[in-house]
Amino acid sequence: MISQHLPALQVVIPLLTAPVCLLFNNARVAWILSLVASSVALVIAALLLQQVLTVGIVTYEIGGWAAPWGIEYRIDPVNAFVLLIVAAIGTVVMSFAPRSVASEIPEQQIALFYAAYLLCLAGLLGIAATGDAFNLFVFLEISSLSSYVLISLGRDRRALTAAFQYLIMGTIGATFILIGVGLLYMMTGTLNMADLAKRLPLVADTRTVAAALAFLTVGISLKLALFPLHLWLPNAYAFAPSVVTAFIAATGTKVAVYMLLRFLFTVFGATLSFEAVLLPTILLPLSLVAVFSASIVAIFQDNIKRMLAYSSVAQIGYMILGLSFVSVTGLTACILHLFNHALMKGGLFLALGCVVYQLGSADISKFAGLGRRMPWTFAAIVVGGLSLIGVPLTVGFISKWYLVLAALESGQWWVAVLVLIGSLLAVVYMWRIVEVAFFQPAPRQGSQRREAPLSLLLPTWVLIGANIFFGINTDLTVGVAQRAAVWLLGGAS
Amino acid sequence: MAWLGLYNYWVVIFLMMAGFYAVITRGNLVKKIVGLNLFQTSVFILYISMSKVQGGTAPIVDNEFAIYSNPLPHVLILTAIVVGVATTALGLALVVRIRESYGTVEEDEIHDLDKSF
Repeated sequence: MISQHLPALQVVIPLLTAPVCLLFNNARVAWILSLVASSVALVIAALLLQQVLTVGIVTYEIGGWAAPWGIEYRIDPVNAFVLLIVAAIGTVVMSFAPRSVASEIPEQQIALFYAAYLLCLAGLLGIAATGDAFNLFVFLEISSLSSYVLISLGRDRRALTAAFQYLIMGTIGATFILIGVGLLYMMTGTLNMADLAKRLPLVADTRTVAAALAFLTVGISLKLALFPLHLWLPNAYAFAPSVVTAFIAATGTKVAVYMLLRFLFTVFGATLSFEAVLLPTILLPLSLVAVFSASIVAIFQDNIKRMLAYSSVAQIGYMILGLSFVSVTGLTACILHLFNHALMKGGLFLALGCVVYQLGSADISKFAGLGRRMPWTFAAIVVGGLSLIGVPLTVGFISKWYLVLAALESGQWWVAVLVLIGSLLAVVYMWRIVEVAFFQPAPRQGSQRREAPLSLLLPTWVLIGANIFFGINTDLTVGVAQRAAVWLLGGAS
Repeated sequence: MAWLGLYNYWVVIFLMMAGFYAVITRGNLVKKIVGLNLFQTSVFILYISMSKVQGGTAPIVDNEFAIYSNPLPHVLILTAIVVGVATTALGLALVVRIRESYGTVEEDEIHDLDKSF
């Protein structure tokens, strides 16, 4: 009975819990509600994924209105996987939240913080679940508006300017998406994605559809921070509260990558975008430039949160690189890296959250000698860093492996070489932390600093442990990613 | 003279570019928000223009009229207007907070204080 309504409940539960948090306006109650709502969302996402893998596509008509007219939620292997990772990160981050939030956000704003978090979660889940192009725009704005609020809650006043900058860039991106959706509606008279996919081939050769593709690609690229549209990201990640950085870094850009996959492969399908020169000639070079420029800039950052933010831009480059091969292996690499990068960055930013909780800063100059004082936290950073580099037995290796395979498969061996060189740059910037934390003597006056409390370490290690677990046991991730990739390309042709 | 028939779209493009230009070039944060508003408004006009059917009436069921304009884009754009208002409100709220902590809303002065833009 209730299992029929899972796709709607997935989004509705966090959406409705948000105002409840506001009504209670109590930090503790709001936290418990958010944790419960996130865990319920995780359970629903797991059930949906299982349902999709056994039965096939799950559709849900909102309000009982039939598909091309009403809003339809459509869960297939691709977005079931995205829903799972978003809900999982949400749950882990929420279990980490209470102590970290209490130390970084003023008491009277905490309930508001959780309400904004839940809206953001609902928006991200909604983007992934919906099968309606305009509904996607609405959820995009829900998640974006709440993430501007979340970022502006950072203690540093630069959080305000970072949030403002993100608001300007994000709104331009979202408006571009709106224009693209409008142009598609103009040509086809439908907003349903499956219906669009059927009708677009008939009008594929018009300039309007080409313009729609351009607007959508640029708008979504702004949201996913593809080089050179990434300028909002480093400041937003660096100055947001630790919990927010971990959540948004692990989910926000991933959902944007999913949007790009959805529009390029499901909506436009094989008819248009592949024959056009878009993917191999524009996205592939841009993604490689993203990998190199962002990794090199990351090496010179003194704020470690900012360094990891630049590293995120580089990792997004790898995802788009996988996408631009337009092959099953390439898409598998893209979807795998989407999942794996959420685990790495989630874990790393939570570990940094522990550091910020103890030190009040993420500046590398304060890290001297901390490796011995906070062994568990820094062990987490080291394992997360190894995963970021792509060392065997971690998830990073799995996605890099498929990326290199995809590059070789497409005959572009030089891309494979560049991927490997890019990984070496990750070694350089992660080594800086290790060097300072383990090989420099601790300053005398800082001797009272101790390990972070268990309630912060445990969630961090859950994500870091997942990096190793999914690095060894690849059945679930690779299996699902491969099915999703085949489905995306199969559904397209 | 075919381009004259697309009069609405020329207005849309002009408004869009004017708004975009303001967002990019103005250093005053409030003016940036105004530019952003202009930019969004042009898209509203784009949607409303496309729903117009030549010779059609308002979409009300009546035996006298058979041709009517497409109501769906109007509904869509109502939603987008709400989103636009929310964005503007949030943007202005951020500007107020920025003014409180920096004492200015000029981008270059903020940059001199903090190197954050």
